[in-house]
Amino acid sequence: MRNKPLWIAVGMTVGLMALIFFAGWLFGRMVGKHERATEPRTAAAAPAVPAESAIGRTGARQLDALRRGVPVDQEAAPLPMARVENVDRKRERAYPMQPPTIPHAIDGYQVDKNSNRCMLCHARANAEKFQAPPVSVTHYMDRDDQFLASISSRRYFCNQCHVVQTDAPVLVANNFEDIDRVLAAAEAKGSP
Amino acid sequence: MTTRREFIRNTAVTTAAAAAGMSLPGGAANIVTEGDLTALKWDKAPCRFCGTGCGVNVAVKGGRVVATHGDVHAEVNRGINCIKGYFLSKIMYGSDRLTKPLLRKTNGVYAKEGDFVEVEWDEAFDVMAAQFKRVLKNKGGDGIGMFGSGQWTIFEGYAANKLMKAGFRSNHIDPNARHCMASAVMGFMRTFGMDEPMGCYDDFEQADAFVLWGSNMAEMHPILWTRVTDRRLTNPNVKVAVLSTFEHRSFELADIPIVFKPQTDLVILNYIANHIIKSGKVNKDFVDKHTSFKQGNDDIGYGLRPEHPLEVKAKNAKDANGGKVIDFDQFAAFVAPYTLEKTVEMTGVEAGWLQKLAELYADPKIKVTSFWTMGFNQHTRGVWANNMVYNLHLLTGKIATPGNSPFSLTGQPSACGTAREVGTFSHRLPADMLVANPEHRKHAEEIWKIPHGIIKEKPGYHAVEQNRALKDGKLNAYWVQVNNNMQAAANLREEGWPGYRNPDNFIVVSDAYPTVTAQAADLVLPAAMWVEKEGAYGNAERRTQFWHQLVSAPAQARSDLWQLMEFSKRFTTDECWPEDILAANPGFKGKTLYDVLFRNGNVDKFPVADIEKGYANDESHHFGFYVQKGLFEEYAAFGRGHGHDLAPFDDYHRTRGLRWPVVNGKETRWRYREGADPYVKAGTGYQFYGNKDNRAVIWALPYEPPAESPDKEYDMWLVTGRVLEHWHSGSMTMRVPELYRSFPTAVIFMNPDDAKARGLKRGDDVRVVSRRGEMRTRVETRGRNRMPPGVVFVPWFDAGQLINKVTLDATDPISKQTDFKKCAVKVLGA
Repeated sequence: MRNKPLWIAVGMTVGLMALIFFAGWLFGRMVGKHERATEPRTAAAAPAVPAESAIGRTGARQLDALRRGVPVDQEAAPLPMARVENVDRKRERAYPMQPPTIPHAIDGYQVDKNSNRCMLCHARANAEKFQAPPVSVTHYMDRDDQFLASISSRRYFCNQCHVVQTDAPVLVANNFEDIDRVLAAAEAKGSP
Repeated sequence: MTTRREFIRNTAVTTAAAAAGMSLPGGAANIVTEGDLTALKWDKAPCRFCGTGCGVNVAVKGGRVVATHGDVHAEVNRGINCIKGYFLSKIMYGSDRLTKPLLRKTNGVYAKEGDFVEVEWDEAFDVMAAQFKRVLKNKGGDGIGMFGSGQWTIFEGYAANKLMKAGFRSNHIDPNARHCMASAVMGFMRTFGMDEPMGCYDDFEQADAFVLWGSNMAEMHPILWTRVTDRRLTNPNVKVAVLSTFEHRSFELADIPIVFKPQTDLVILNYIANHIIKSGKVNKDFVDKHTSFKQGNDDIGYGLRPEHPLEVKAKNAKDANGGKVIDFDQFAAFVAPYTLEKTVEMTGVEAGWLQKLAELYADPKIKVTSFWTMGFNQHTRGVWANNMVYNLHLLTGKIATPGNSPFSLTGQPSACGTAREVGTFSHRLPADMLVANPEHRKHAEEIWKIPHGIIKEKPGYHAVEQNRALKDGKLNAYWVQVNNNMQAAANLREEGWPGYRNPDNFIVVSDAYPTVTAQAADLVLPAAMWVEKEGAYGNAERRTQFWHQLVSAPAQARSDLWQLMEFSKRFTTDECWPEDILAANPGFKGKTLYDVLFRNGNVDKFPVADIEKGYANDESHHFGFYVQKGLFEEYAAFGRGHGHDLAPFDDYHRTRGLRWPVVNGKETRWRYREGADPYVKAGTGYQFYGNKDNRAVIWALPYEPPAESPDKEYDMWLVTGRVLEHWHSGSMTMRVPELYRSFPTAVIFMNPDDAKARGLKRGDDVRVVSRRGEMRTRVETRGRNRMPPGVVFVPWFDAGQLINKVTLDATDPISKQTDFKKCAVKVLGA
């Protein structure tokens, strides 16, 4: 284990990130009790959206938050074009099998039958050079679960599963709870 | 805030304590390993989105879905999902789920212009029943309509069909599949006399060539595209041809890329038929034995309102589906004018590409699979386009054998299973039967155990007609389930919105989320979705797939099935059926619709004890019998022995779906061919048994221009469609943050030179204006689509930018399906 110190450091970093996330979540929950409307971020031009229930918006008589308070038979200025996040930082996955989202811009990447720009960095053999995560082991399996020498051509078009994320403020929050939160809630209740 | 030093210390303490077998207050171990806690309950379900029908594994913990992934045992997708499928776990958890009925009220009572107020189910149904009874009294069932969906489960669509056609005696029920698959249906019916593909997905691993006719599979059927990609890249001899009116992601795999002028796909189809004949490549033996020829009526109009000048002018607007018998020579003469030169001139496509494409069909050694979706179906000559691609496969005998497959793809998870097979169209009954056919009506009445004469003969209003009838005050009580038609249907400003908001009308919308259609309603009913109920879908390859209820719906949300059945309790036969029929059948007098439709000895035949152990089933426990099983077994009686055989109910919970007809426990992969289809007699080779003479029809059909083309003022073609990251109107996917943030708003894809000529650049705020309305969006000159000059593309997933204010409600006159791919617009700086 030549890289033992490195592994420990990586382990600690991951652990720390998780802890910060947890602390942030707790903090957010406390804040959320008083001011639910701040979560999610709302577009500057849009009215504050209480996201908990559709009925909360009938003050404006508009049910669908995606219309940002604009009546169906009217038109409003479109939201500014969102920018693709290009910060090369890994994001949390909602569950282990979720395909990771792409943490960088992919403008002008050629991915067609002649060439695959993504694999320039994400192929097994190139991972060390570019420090990009190599594609997972499943990507080398064909339809019959046999391992191939190279990535399976059924996984060839990366964009079918992996997408970029823009900085667009979310209009409707999502209350999905990942397994850790469900387990924590069960434990708090005292029954697994 | 814990410091790094504290964190390391805590971790060390925890580790030491764990090693010593102690437990510390605060549950400090950083990884849970205890079996009971880490075990997830996994079950199977088909994906909630498109018609591909991928298998999904769903993990449940603590009454919530916590993860989903591609089912490795599902034949369709073998372990992979597209980006939408991977996020299925989140679609039920949008923070604005509807959890109580919402009714428009002023001063505490229902008012059309009132504000939405939460009410209890009892009050919701009281008001709704009173409104429906008001309409029944004035107009009978003819004033009542329903707009359903290819996302209804099979059970729901079947119950809705019964409630409308038998209960209320109204044929004004249509699914949103009318916008999506109707042209494919009529294409099948006219050529084969029987709906749905003869082949299946197994064709993909056998084909030597794939031709995409107006289908962007890379984005709209990504998992099927992985199978095509796999076949193409692992076999370099395989060719892929992609045809479209602009360049999209599927072109990344194209060996033969073809961008043609809108509507001229009809010219290319006839050119290829002509090429096959002229080059002597007709499979004469097959054509002689298994086909017949017809010439279809031409000049059939555009499905606009009857007083529209284009309809008045059209010679065969009233007999669009008609035709006359011809022979091979007449057919050959009919397509002879479609020469290569003429085709190049009309389509704008280079001759070399056209010849290469034609050879894929003509060369007897090449097994060819054709795909199409909305490019063909949403087309004012969509049925013709469907017929014409079958012509190519029939002329060459390249059909119903592995790899030779004209394959109509579907957009909704149960467009086939529910909308088509259950027959929720305004003119249909289950198993391809028609309301206009007295034998078919009689047969349905017998299975349903209701008196003869209940089902009406006249087909009801189709989707586009329903919006017109609402506006004109002909339909006054209207129930919308599992769809977002105010965002989908063309011409919102002139037809849809005035129809729903017409003061004479009472509009009910059942949905899981507050959509723009809910906004247009008077009563909104909260719906359970996907694995919150037991369900069944049928995908594009005739595969019927079941799933169990895995979690509970939030608060007072109820499944569409519960809503339909519970509402039926509020009506009696005396209110809905004519006196003379009741007098002749006194046993039915004074009964509720619930009694006669759902407690008829069929639907209530199976006890709740039959439900598989360990699974909830809210509807069955509420009604006191296994609702889904009873509905399914009654429904299956329509198709068994008639080429639509479904397996016994319980089999579907055990398998990853079965492709009908399922005969003697065996599914059918290729229909119409001896040895593969149990309905084909030995020694015949092929039998297209949907038609009485066992022959498929080759149709002679011409090119005709679209309903609206660009001119000096409205100088561009508008094409609408979808994107990979969102499904249909986005009511589910726009509420999943990862999907939302990947493609948050609609844009107008435009050729950079077109933008420049209008003084526009990427990101500019623009107005997209047609003769019917306008919307605002932003210019996109880069990204996934490359637009030719004069053509723009706007996706319709974004409720914030309603492109259906701009689109034209012209339809194919045979299928009544709207052409969402062609109308004339101008693009102006805002």
